[in-house]
Amino acid sequence: VPGAGERWLDEQAGRIVRPYALTGGRTAATTQRFNLLAMVVATAGVARDKRELEPAHLLVLEQARSPAAVIDLASTLDLPIGVIRVLLSDLAERSLIAIHSPPRAPHTDIRLLQDVLDGLRRL
Amino acid sequence: MASAGSDPGRLPRTVKVLIAGGFGAGKTTLVGSVSEIRPLRTEEYLTEPGSLIDPLDGIGDKTTTTVAMDFGRITLPADLIVYLFGTPGQDRFWFMWDELAYGALGAVVLADTRRLADSFASVDYFESTGTPFVVAVNRFDGAPRHSVDAIGSALALGADVPVVECDARQRVSSRDVLITLAEHAIDLAGRCAQPVQGRSR
Repeated sequence: VPGAGERWLDEQAGRIVRPYALTGGRTAATTQRFNLLAMVVATAGVARDKRELEPAHLLVLEQARSPAAVIDLASTLDLPIGVIRVLLSDLAERSLIAIHSPPRAPHTDIRLLQDVLDGLRRL
Repeated sequence: MASAGSDPGRLPRTVKVLIAGGFGAGKTTLVGSVSEIRPLRTEEYLTEPGSLIDPLDGIGDKTTTTVAMDFGRITLPADLIVYLFGTPGQDRFWFMWDELAYGALGAVVLADTRRLADSFASVDYFESTGTPFVVAVNRFDGAPRHSVDAIGSALALGADVPVVECDARQRVSSRDVLITLAEHAIDLAGRCAQPVQGRSR
């Protein structure tokens, strides 16, 4: 069993834990398909439901104490995006996270584009 | 729903930019030079094209495959995060493009003058989806040099699609490509915001 901080993937042995073992074999998020760029924020209801949650859920909640994008959760926890979506779906059903969607059409939002341009110029 | 009990502060705004182009055109290099590169895996169903390569007898109709993706982030002032996604190069991962392109700020198509035809698929895709894009010609040592105009016509680009040269290894050069894309997107957005009269194409 990999210890904390180790990756789930071993170059020699192949995958040690099949990713969807963390989700009980479920591959589809039940409630919604979370946008890759949506921001996830843990709500205050964690303690009450703790016993129903798997360690992977708790890891997600830990990361989402401050706002974290779906894509960053996948990257930081080194889990495939599909697995993260199932975990988020479980947490959303229990109202343990709030989801904030990204702008739908950023390429038409001149103010946003201008902020991106200004920021890039200052890099 | 408000996240009671904690103050998440102002939520960052997130945008994504796709980095496309043929195999070996420099997608990984560009993402790495201009952003904080991060590991990312996605796991998706293998569909029929894949099953020709990977015999799946006895496993069932569907199985999944793990795809490592080029992924990086740039943190900008004003609570802005730009995510860069290298588009998967293999044909069997075309299905992932739609999700990546949905809600994207725009795309960079990296071109290698030795294999210009490798850029066609990306150009077609972004044209058909209406995603703002620029073509960045990555300068490889020993590769033929052509004017950006010649490359633009070889790719049959619309007259307003910017074509720039870059060195994907250089951070400033890669950043300048992204600046060109942002300027182009602003240009297109401004045009859309105005009443369209006698638009020629």
